[in-house]
Amino acid sequence: MTRMTAPDISSPRPPSQIARRFKRVASVVLALFATFLGLLLVTFIIGRVVPIDPVLAVIGERASQAQYEAAREALGLDKPMWQQFGIYVWNALQGDLGQSLLTRRPVAEDIARVFPATLELATIATIFGILAGIPAGVLAATRPGSWIDQLVRLIGLMGYSMPVFWLGLMGLLLFYGMLGWVGGPGRLDAVHEMMFELEVRRVTGMILIDTALAGQWEMFRNAVSHIILPAGVLGYYSMAYISRMTRSFMMNELSQEYITTARVKGMPEWRVVWVHALKNVMVPLITVIALSYANLLEGSVLTETVFAWPGLGLYITNALFSADMPAVLGGTVVVGLVFVGLNMFSDVLYRLVDPRAK
Amino acid sequence: MTTLTEWLRDPSPSSRAQARLGQLWLGWLRFRRNPMAMLGATIVVLLLLMAAFAPWVAPYDPITQNLAERLKPPMTGGHLMGTDEFGRDIFSRIVWGSRVTLYIVVLVAVTAPVFGMLIGTVAGYAGGWVDQVLMRITDIFLAFPKLILALALVAVLGPGIENAVLAIALTSWPPYARVARAETLTVRNSDYIAAVQLQGAGPVRIILGHVMPMCLSSVIIRVTLDMAGVILTAAGLGFLGLGAQPPMAEWGMMISSGRKFLFEQWWVATMPGLAIFIVSLGFNLLGDGLRDVLDPRSAGK
Amino acid sequence: MSLLSVKNLRVTFDTESGRVEAVRGVSFDLGRERLGIVGESGSGKTMTGRSVLRLIRPPGRIEADEMTFDGIDLIRASERKMRSLRGPRIAMVMQDPKYSLNPVMKIGRQLTEGLRLRDRIGAAEARKKAIEALEAVQIRDPERVMEAWPHELSGGMGQRVMIAMMLIPNPDLLIADEPTSALDVTVQAEVLKILDDLVKTRGMGLIFISHDLRLVARFCDRVLVMYKGRVVEEIEAGNLMAAKHPYTQGLLNCLPRIGGAREPLPSLDRSGAWAEM
Repeated sequence: MTRMTAPDISSPRPPSQIARRFKRVASVVLALFATFLGLLLVTFIIGRVVPIDPVLAVIGERASQAQYEAAREALGLDKPMWQQFGIYVWNALQGDLGQSLLTRRPVAEDIARVFPATLELATIATIFGILAGIPAGVLAATRPGSWIDQLVRLIGLMGYSMPVFWLGLMGLLLFYGMLGWVGGPGRLDAVHEMMFELEVRRVTGMILIDTALAGQWEMFRNAVSHIILPAGVLGYYSMAYISRMTRSFMMNELSQEYITTARVKGMPEWRVVWVHALKNVMVPLITVIALSYANLLEGSVLTETVFAWPGLGLYITNALFSADMPAVLGGTVVVGLVFVGLNMFSDVLYRLVDPRAK
Repeated sequence: MTTLTEWLRDPSPSSRAQARLGQLWLGWLRFRRNPMAMLGATIVVLLLLMAAFAPWVAPYDPITQNLAERLKPPMTGGHLMGTDEFGRDIFSRIVWGSRVTLYIVVLVAVTAPVFGMLIGTVAGYAGGWVDQVLMRITDIFLAFPKLILALALVAVLGPGIENAVLAIALTSWPPYARVARAETLTVRNSDYIAAVQLQGAGPVRIILGHVMPMCLSSVIIRVTLDMAGVILTAAGLGFLGLGAQPPMAEWGMMISSGRKFLFEQWWVATMPGLAIFIVSLGFNLLGDGLRDVLDPRSAGK
Repeated sequence: MSLLSVKNLRVTFDTESGRVEAVRGVSFDLGRERLGIVGESGSGKTMTGRSVLRLIRPPGRIEADEMTFDGIDLIRASERKMRSLRGPRIAMVMQDPKYSLNPVMKIGRQLTEGLRLRDRIGAAEARKKAIEALEAVQIRDPERVMEAWPHELSGGMGQRVMIAMMLIPNPDLLIADEPTSALDVTVQAEVLKILDDLVKTRGMGLIFISHDLRLVARFCDRVLVMYKGRVVEEIEAGNLMAAKHPYTQGLLNCLPRIGGAREPLPSLDRSGAWAEM
């Protein structure tokens, strides 16, 4: 018998395809920019509706009329609205989110200082969520209807039903108040707090990394005992979400024909589930993990209040109570940007993992 | 009774009402087989009863202070769940607080989905640049983390229960718009819409009378599933002092007032949290059950 | 001695709406020959094939008075024993390569997986064997196919890869479950020819499952005709036209014949007692 015609796998990409990909990237960037503009527009409008006079907030109640006018001009408030918005966008693009009324420092600077604490918390929580959630979801999917499946479902539903601030308080009551297993609110014990300011150089702003870099291992251990509870509480929510989604993706993959193929080849069951199926589950799961990470940033607002964790969430709530609108809106814009950024990042990652998306 | 069930099960119903009721009956039978969903329904019904009969269920007044009785532990002096720092019975406050929770839930449930559906159906039906603009706006609102946008809005509007509702509604409509648009796109080019167009119906009547009803069932499922989230967000705003104001009994605010005594008088913060937990769990279980019954895509599994 | 012997095989599913019997007492013997199983969809032919590999997942259950393969009791064998049979002794080619190849694993890895994991063969040698297998199914550019993703292959290519993958460990029995139904008509013949050549030269047993009576008749030595989970007729392929059972005759009558009468094809008459089961 003669040989078949050449295999019909795709040839190297023609130039037109590269152009098309470039166009797609451009449209994504454009959409991102439009969303960013929208974010700024919303916060701008909120900022203008506020019943607080931004001029009085800056100069104080007892300033003279001339001082008032000068300040008003300096803030650009005498210009028409659209122009003010233009200035606002232009400044934001350069990283200028205005000045905090409370700290008298640029909002962007404040946020850069507090954000690492939130990032550290959310990252450790997400790692908890992934390490516990994926195995739980896989186990539940391989034994549908079993007690372990019911348990995973129940734990997940509880995560969807408990207020995060309440769970945090209950955790403090049990593990700190009654059992004494973990550190209390704050990033360090009071003793270490002073030492930290004096002896640890601020490199990343993340306390675990900075203390480790400085070789302050006792302080490091103390920081671990403080972060473990808030990260565990946030991680529980991440786990609830990830395990639920993993279970449903896994159930879907396990009913696919390629799973039978792997079994026909005599592959052991662990390999069928944890390699063949999980590789496919990871593709949609990337989006889920990015989403849960973004949600943790939001959950941190309440969690940080409960645990006195000096991150972005606590910064925003504190600003809220001091009617420090530039700080509140600046924080809102930053969190929104991180949301959009994570979405885009997961989109890119998805393309990298899924060979069909190229 | 037997004749009624027979009438409901009649495979060839003689009227539209009979057919609809029959479908409802079948759905109810399927729903009843799911113990978790039944548990959820029971919790929600109990909540409704508790709110409706609050004056009779609650043994004490929720607002009157009694400093002699302050911070009594649970099960003492006729206080099932103890008292708070003003000597008010926590159980009574939780019972009255169910009214606040329901008030928020109902208001959000009738505003956000309606607004979202309107945006979604108009965008889907009109298409073109209208669709582009409306969906861009939806995306922008989706890009905001819900709680933080709600915080910023309440900060502008001022704390209070109505403003909390407004803030939550303003942050929770985009998913409904997405769902409604997707449903609209599937029916937009169907023959029955063309038939209505041929009868000379204008776009408003088509959207209100023929497109929106098609989106209802998927929106209703989402609403039930979202209720737990609404309760949690409202409680979060209350916890931060941005929702209901004292002396009103609101669960999130009650937790926040109990924070000060967390390690000595644990019940003050614990009890209202349990109430939130149970009610949210109820809505979650109910939503899951309803989805299994109403959503044809997940039926038969 | 026969390679595979099946007596009174039953496959049942306990579902919410009651018990479903997919296979109801199927018996057959198979040497190193080509056995065809024909039937409509839902007749239990696929379930019969998968039972031999014990690949029916719960809630499905397999029961049989006897099911032995080369002297091994398949009903009572441990799961571990079954795993050692799957692949090296019994293999299966499934209907649609679009679904039966893992979409996020390169072809090369899927081909060498068995060699590397089960036979503990080094990477270079496993790769060499995989390329040989691809050449055996007449793939011209095996190096490139090794690096390809499943979605980059056409249906015919995919099915040839599938056959190569299953034949690498040189099994004694191959189950081909509608191996060409998902392919274009023009490719079907090529793939069948490859399959036929390989089975013949290696002297394997083959169970060929199909709904296409004519194809099976041409391709196999013996044919089992299944209906509603039972074997209604077992017949030498050459004698198919002389089939006695009314169902088989009915199926034959449904085939258009060159030079036959140009009237609508008859539909199956299911009024006989055999259909009431």
